[in-house]
Amino acid sequence: MITDEVKQAYVLDLMKKNTRTDGRGMLDYRQITVEKNVYENCEGSAMAQVGDTKVIAGLKLDVATPFGDRPNQGVIMFNAEFSPIAHPEFCAGPPDERSIELARVVDRGIRSAECIDLGKLFLEEGKVLGVFVDLFIIDHSGNLTDAAYLASMAALRNAKVPKYEDGKLVREERKDALPIARDVLSCTFEKVADTILLDAREEEEVSSSGRVTLASCGDDMLCASQKSGRAGFSSAEFDKMIDITLSKRKELLKYI
Amino acid sequence: MAEEETAAMSAGKVPKKLIENGIRNDGRKPEDLRSLKITVGVLKKAAGSALIEWGKNRILAGVYGPREVFPKHNMNPNKAIINCRYAMVPFSSLEEHGRFGPNRRAIEIGKVAKHVFENAILTEQFPKTMIDINIEVLQSDGGTRVAGIVAASLALADAGIPMRDIPCGVSVGKVDGVLVADLDKTEDNLGQSDMPVIFSPRNGDILLFQMDGMLTKKQVMDGIELARVASAKVHELQIEALATKYGAAAAGEDDLQETA
Repeated sequence: MITDEVKQAYVLDLMKKNTRTDGRGMLDYRQITVEKNVYENCEGSAMAQVGDTKVIAGLKLDVATPFGDRPNQGVIMFNAEFSPIAHPEFCAGPPDERSIELARVVDRGIRSAECIDLGKLFLEEGKVLGVFVDLFIIDHSGNLTDAAYLASMAALRNAKVPKYEDGKLVREERKDALPIARDVLSCTFEKVADTILLDAREEEEVSSSGRVTLASCGDDMLCASQKSGRAGFSSAEFDKMIDITLSKRKELLKYI
Repeated sequence: MAEEETAAMSAGKVPKKLIENGIRNDGRKPEDLRSLKITVGVLKKAAGSALIEWGKNRILAGVYGPREVFPKHNMNPNKAIINCRYAMVPFSSLEEHGRFGPNRRAIEIGKVAKHVFENAILTEQFPKTMIDINIEVLQSDGGTRVAGIVAASLALADAGIPMRDIPCGVSVGKVDGVLVADLDKTEDNLGQSDMPVIFSPRNGDILLFQMDGMLTKKQVMDGIELARVASAKVHELQIEALATKYGAAAAGEDDLQETA
């Protein structure tokens, strides 16, 4: 797209002057806000705003059938929808590889960190609680991944579990919180003209040759990673990105 | 990764410990690879192809193109576009019957594999074309994404598509608290962490990196170095496989560098 080339030229020109389109430092986040319980019907919800990017996580709980090999454990599932309302390039239709990747990268971190104690979601023989987190993009202005982690974690932290009676959920009576063991948060880096940026805006993503997401889960532990895009990253670059991820965690934690 | 459960697991046949006295269940040391054999040029119609036999993995890679872009609106006037499809055939796993075509996991793997080849291939030499890379897992045994990419790299070389180098890699992970290279299916399923890594041999850059499970920074960095050493062995076998088909001179990296 010709507009992408214009954006690229602009971003790369600024990078030569060691500055970003909004004047931020290379490793600074835009302003972040996370609003909890934005909707009443679902059992949990949150909207994360990172600069102009807005992602909603809606959390529904249902009675589910456990997997055969884990009959006593609850199930958790993530999905993401890139609705055409959020960006001119998003098309209606079956999920494309970007939305599948986003949902799976968030899923990987939350699952790996054993963020939810799935053993506590057992209801009765053959029935467990299913946790369904849907990520809906309201505005795509870059760095959907970190916004999605923030929204998901805030929704999980603030969800209320309905009473379970006669094989059904009584959705009007909600009380307990979900059994959350750890908070998982991510830092996503983009490589633009050989410089590593944190929290890229959309025009910076268009100019980027590669992306790395690192998720952390407390006590200086990493719990998921995903590298995307054609650029290669050196070990030294990974070393640096891991340090930044672990140190930025404290800053991100206060939003959820 | 975690989605591939073993039947052995549900049947309770899994050994209690995956590593005893520093030796893994199949007799390997932590850094050892499973048996690995690659055959180049196994398909008649494809421009290039390879079959990889890695542990019990049996994976075919076939490359078509550069050819006319379809659908046309995907065409890039400056370079070739790369399509990469990774899929497992319905009978490929030890467990339940699957379905043809890529599921969500396979679509994600196809995407990150595509990025590896976007790095390696000199796409600017073939504007307005597309190159289709197909990876079909016929039998899976852990580490199928890296095995598929290792095979597809040779299929691209077999197709004569110019590349900066031949990507290679291996999956590493934490099993019984120990970092090990080239996880088999059981280690993948029962281990604490899995980290597939693909390298660019010429400069050591990491072209694919995924990770699950909980690791410290030191474990991640040590894992990358373990993968680097193991990948060098995989790369030697890639060169050997090309030499078997095209002769040592054509496949030798040193010769390529001299002419560059």
